[in-house]
Amino acid sequence: MLEIKNLHVQLEEEDKQILKGVNLTVEAGKVHAIMGPNGSGKSTLSYVLSGKDGYEVTDGSATLDGEDILDMEPEERAAAGVFLAFQYPVEIPGVGNMTFLRTAVNSQRKARGEEEMSATEFLKVIRAKAKELKIDADMLKRPVNVGFSGGEKKRNEILQMAMLEPKMCILDETDSGLDVDAMKLVAEGVNALRDEGRGFLVITHYQRLLDHIKPDVVHIMADGRIIKTGGPELALEVENNGYADILAEAV
Amino acid sequence: MALPQIKQDATDARLAALDMPQGGWAQAAREDALARVKAMGLPNARDEYWKYTRPDTLVQPNAPKAALLETDEALIFGEVDRLKIVFVDGVFSAEESDDLSMAHVTIDRLADAPDIHWAKDVYGVLETRGQTPVQRPLATLNTAFATDGVLIHVTGKAPKPISLIYRHESEVSDAILHHVVKVDSGAEVTLLENGPAAARFNKCMEVEIADNGTFHHVRAQGRDHERRAATAIFTRLGEESVFKSFTLTANGVLTRNECVIELTGDNAVAHVAGACVGDGDFLHDDTVFITHDALNCESRQVFKKVLRNGATGVFQGKILVKEGAQKTDGYQISQSLLLDEDSQFLAKPELEIYADDVACSHGSTSGAIDEEGLFYLRSRGIDEGPATDLLTIAFLAEAVMEIEDETLQDEINSRVEAWLSRRRG
Repeated sequence: MLEIKNLHVQLEEEDKQILKGVNLTVEAGKVHAIMGPNGSGKSTLSYVLSGKDGYEVTDGSATLDGEDILDMEPEERAAAGVFLAFQYPVEIPGVGNMTFLRTAVNSQRKARGEEEMSATEFLKVIRAKAKELKIDADMLKRPVNVGFSGGEKKRNEILQMAMLEPKMCILDETDSGLDVDAMKLVAEGVNALRDEGRGFLVITHYQRLLDHIKPDVVHIMADGRIIKTGGPELALEVENNGYADILAEAV
Repeated sequence: MALPQIKQDATDARLAALDMPQGGWAQAAREDALARVKAMGLPNARDEYWKYTRPDTLVQPNAPKAALLETDEALIFGEVDRLKIVFVDGVFSAEESDDLSMAHVTIDRLADAPDIHWAKDVYGVLETRGQTPVQRPLATLNTAFATDGVLIHVTGKAPKPISLIYRHESEVSDAILHHVVKVDSGAEVTLLENGPAAARFNKCMEVEIADNGTFHHVRAQGRDHERRAATAIFTRLGEESVFKSFTLTANGVLTRNECVIELTGDNAVAHVAGACVGDGDFLHDDTVFITHDALNCESRQVFKKVLRNGATGVFQGKILVKEGAQKTDGYQISQSLLLDEDSQFLAKPELEIYADDVACSHGSTSGAIDEEGLFYLRSRGIDEGPATDLLTIAFLAEAVMEIEDETLQDEINSRVEAWLSRRRG
């Protein structure tokens, strides 16, 4: 599904290489986790895949179902099925959460040549999905993420994911800033979306999120490369011994 | 003191081009205003109060030509049940207006009001009060030479809004309108205004609000690209009274909206807000002066400007808290969203406070579209254009939300959306 080959990326404004040849394939139906120390390039990878400005791809490729996504605008990638759950969801004062989500859903449908969702249908669907994530009606009415707690923001990300039904979900440190209960709730939301046709790339510092979202494959990223790949046991190894051993091994 | 020669000449030239309407109850006020305007002289670029907005074209003897906007867009407020009063190039049109009778309201035309009239106690009176500490000679000129306008006396709760519609049909029309509104104790009215009015429009409105009275004002200034307007609102508020005014300005080559508010009764509330969207050769100036002269009054100024293709926005807002006006709550915010590097926003926020137990805050910012927000919206599949529009509407929201009536809020928002969509052709 998602195929990243030899991806090299540098910051546009300074001559600083962040990704130095990332190779990664996420198959449909699978959950891949990327772990790694601070500054290893995990978040950069998520931004580059979703199309944020400020990064320059100097080599390599990234395709979704064979389609080159790096040449697409962020909205085209979204319509193609890429979704990034932000580490820091952006507050947008003045835009209602509902308006935002309905515009997003219908923009994507339009881009794919599908029929737009009617207001009634949208309401019905969003209410049901919000309920599962314990998002109350008031949160839906408020401006996007404004005044939301850390947990509410992350739940709102998962709600967007549930509404947009992407093919490829990238979760950037979704566990950061969450207490145990909030993390469980978010993990349940993600697990509910696990599906044969959908791939997940879960970026995290810690193993604990992976207790709740069980990965099929775990990658360790350091200094802009994937240095080790293994099963769920690799995450436990990190939890027990830290990154030092693995990093030493890779050198 | 004699005026500088250049100001004297410009003032003389302008006055020579005008004829004062004669007779009736307003005669004395008009004569007085003429004497005052002669003493003050009309504004020029050297005046501090006109530092950011060149007044030349507002002062020159004849109106600069302004092409008529050709559009088949329906006029704003079309869906609102209201009493319509139409002016064409500054002249009342009985034919196009509704019957002026309505419960709890009497409406007379300035041009033919009877000899003895209640408006005598307001006409030119609030305007005169508003001349200190800063002079506003264009409003004084208006008091002297206004050819038409409405005199609205509200004695109870008006059953529907009064809607002033200004049509512009002549490319060289030079309209001077003066309205007077008197809201009695406990009475309530909503006044709507829309339309470009004339090639050049000088409008003055005096609003006297008695204790417990409520006055709502929502206006959409016409979007003819070349029209010019200098407007002034003078209001005085009694105890527990409410004044809320909102203005949307889309286009027009030059607009100066002055609002002079005097809170003279305890617990009075005055909100003045504006949203403007300007493109290219466009200058929009909001100049506000609020005087707190009573206990526990609240004032809010919320001004938002969206500027693109070299448009200019100006804000001059002052809160004056007089000695003894304790527990004043004053808020002022002026912000611009600059959609490109050619546009500019000039702001001069001022506070002058002589009481020691007050809360006054003010802020002024200029910025571009929030890139983080834009990426967030795009990453959810919303195209860059609509995403920018959403953020623009969001930027204006704080000002638009100052309108209490949601139907009117929607009317304003739909105009902003229409403006935004025109960019994309």
